[in-house]
Amino acid sequence: MPLTINGTDHDFTGDPRTTLLDFLRDGCGLTGTKKGCDHGQCGACTVLVNGQRINSCLTLAVMHEGDAVTTIEGFGTPEELHPLQEAFVRHDGFQCGYCTPGQICSAKAMLDEAANGWASFVSDDITAPVSLTRDEIRERMSGNLCRCGAYSNIVDAIAEVVEAGR
Amino acid sequence: MKGFDYSRAEAVTHAAEQAREGARLIAGGTNLLDLMKLEIERPDALVDINRLELGGIERTEGGLRIGALVSNSACAADERIRRDYPILARAILAGATFQLRNKATTGGNLCQRTRCYYFYNRDQPCNKREPGTGCGAIGGVNRIHAILGASEACIATYPGDMAVALAALDASVEVSGRDGSARMIPVRAFHRLPGDHPERDNVLEAGEVITAVVLPEPVGGTQIYRKVRDRSSYAFALVSVACVIAMEEGRIGRASLAFGGLAHKPWHDPGVEELLVGNEPSDALFDKAADVLLAEAKGQGANDFKIPMTRRVLKGVLREATGRAV
Repeated sequence: MPLTINGTDHDFTGDPRTTLLDFLRDGCGLTGTKKGCDHGQCGACTVLVNGQRINSCLTLAVMHEGDAVTTIEGFGTPEELHPLQEAFVRHDGFQCGYCTPGQICSAKAMLDEAANGWASFVSDDITAPVSLTRDEIRERMSGNLCRCGAYSNIVDAIAEVVEAGR
Repeated sequence: MKGFDYSRAEAVTHAAEQAREGARLIAGGTNLLDLMKLEIERPDALVDINRLELGGIERTEGGLRIGALVSNSACAADERIRRDYPILARAILAGATFQLRNKATTGGNLCQRTRCYYFYNRDQPCNKREPGTGCGAIGGVNRIHAILGASEACIATYPGDMAVALAALDASVEVSGRDGSARMIPVRAFHRLPGDHPERDNVLEAGEVITAVVLPEPVGGTQIYRKVRDRSSYAFALVSVACVIAMEEGRIGRASLAFGGLAHKPWHDPGVEELLVGNEPSDALFDKAADVLLAEAKGQGANDFKIPMTRRVLKGVLREATGRAV
C-alpha cells in the first residue's frame, strides 16, 4: 500500500493494527516523530498529512494509501534549518527536546491554518482575518504538551516566525 | 489492541452491509482507536469509510447539508457556517485540539463515547461497557457525571460540544439504512437517555450509516456557546450552554437552548424556551428558567456543584444574549 513520506515513496504491508506513528518509527526508521502518551493527548506524535497536522498515534497506517506525510525529518537539514527550527534554538524552546518535533510540525501547520483564516476558540471575531497574538498561539498549540514547561520560550519562538512572516 | 479484519467500503450500501454485530465503521478514528488500544472497543472487523463520497458542505433549500466525513476543522472554517451558524463553529472550536479536529468527522463526532472514568477502566464495573456489571460511578468518583436524566444503571454524560450546538439549532442527522433507504433523525432525538440500556448511546440501528448533518435555514439572533471546564483549553465541558435568542420590541421573541455536560445526551427542554418567549428579560425570569431546567436535577455527590453552576451559566448567557450583560 503506497504512500509518500517527506517526498519519498514508501509501501506499507504490515499488520492493520499498526498506527501511522509506529509505521514511521519502526517501519521507516523515522524516529524523529515521538511517542508520548499514544492516546492523542500530548501531541508529541504530530505530523502533517496532506499538509494538515494530526496525531499520528490515533490513525492507522493502512488508512493512508496515497497520502503525503511530512515528519520533522522533512523540515530542513542540520546545515539549513527551517525558520521554526532556528527560532526554537535561538529562543531555547525546549529542555529535553522530546516534544520538539511535534511542536514544530504543529507550529508549521498552525501558520498555514491562520493564513487560511481558520478561527480558534479565543478569536473575538470568527469571520475576521486571523492575527496570531500570543493568546492565539497558546490556544492553537494547546494540543502539544511540554513536560519541561518551556512554553513561554516556545511561544517566543513561534511569535518571532509569525513576525518575520508579516 | 485486539486483531480485526480491515476492509474499505466503496459505497454507503457496502458499509451498511458490513456494519454487522461486532464490526465498527471507522472515519477519523480519534475516539475509536483510543478505545481499541484500551480494548474497551474490541471490533473483529473495521470498515474504513473514508473513501466514501460523504465530504463537502452543500446548500439545501434554505439550509446546509454537511457531509458525514467533513472534518470538524473544515466545518468550523466554512465561511457560511462561521457567518450564519456561528454557534456551531464556536462549539466545535471549544472542543479538542486542532490536530484532533483535523481528523475527527461530523458523523464520528456525534458517535463519540462518554469519558466516564469507569467506562474507561476495565478493572471497574460499567453497565455501558459490559451490561449487567453495575455502575462504579454511582457512589464513586463522579465529578463529571450527569445531573439530569440519569438512571440507576448509568450516570455517564455525553461529552461532545458540536452536538450541543446542533441541538440548539434543531439540526437533523441523515442516516442511510441497510436497504439503502434514508431517514432523518432530529439531533435532539439522536442520543438516548441511559435507562436500562446504557450500552446504547444513540438510536442508530444495526446497519445504519450517518451520511450527513442537515442544518435548517439560518436562525439569526444572538448566538452564544459558553463552556465551563477545568482548564481553559483542551478539556471536556463540566457545563456548557448553546443559546440562540432573538429579541422583538424589548421582549424575547425566540429562544433556543441546549446544554452539554448535564446528561447522557445534549439536553433540550422546551419548557425553558416556552417560559422565556414573549417576556421581558429580567433576572427573575432567568431564575425561573433555571428552576424549570433544574426541577428534576439530582447530584451524585462530587458533581453536586453542577446544579448551581448550571444556574449561573444559564443566567450569565441569558443576560448577555438579551443585552443585559453585567
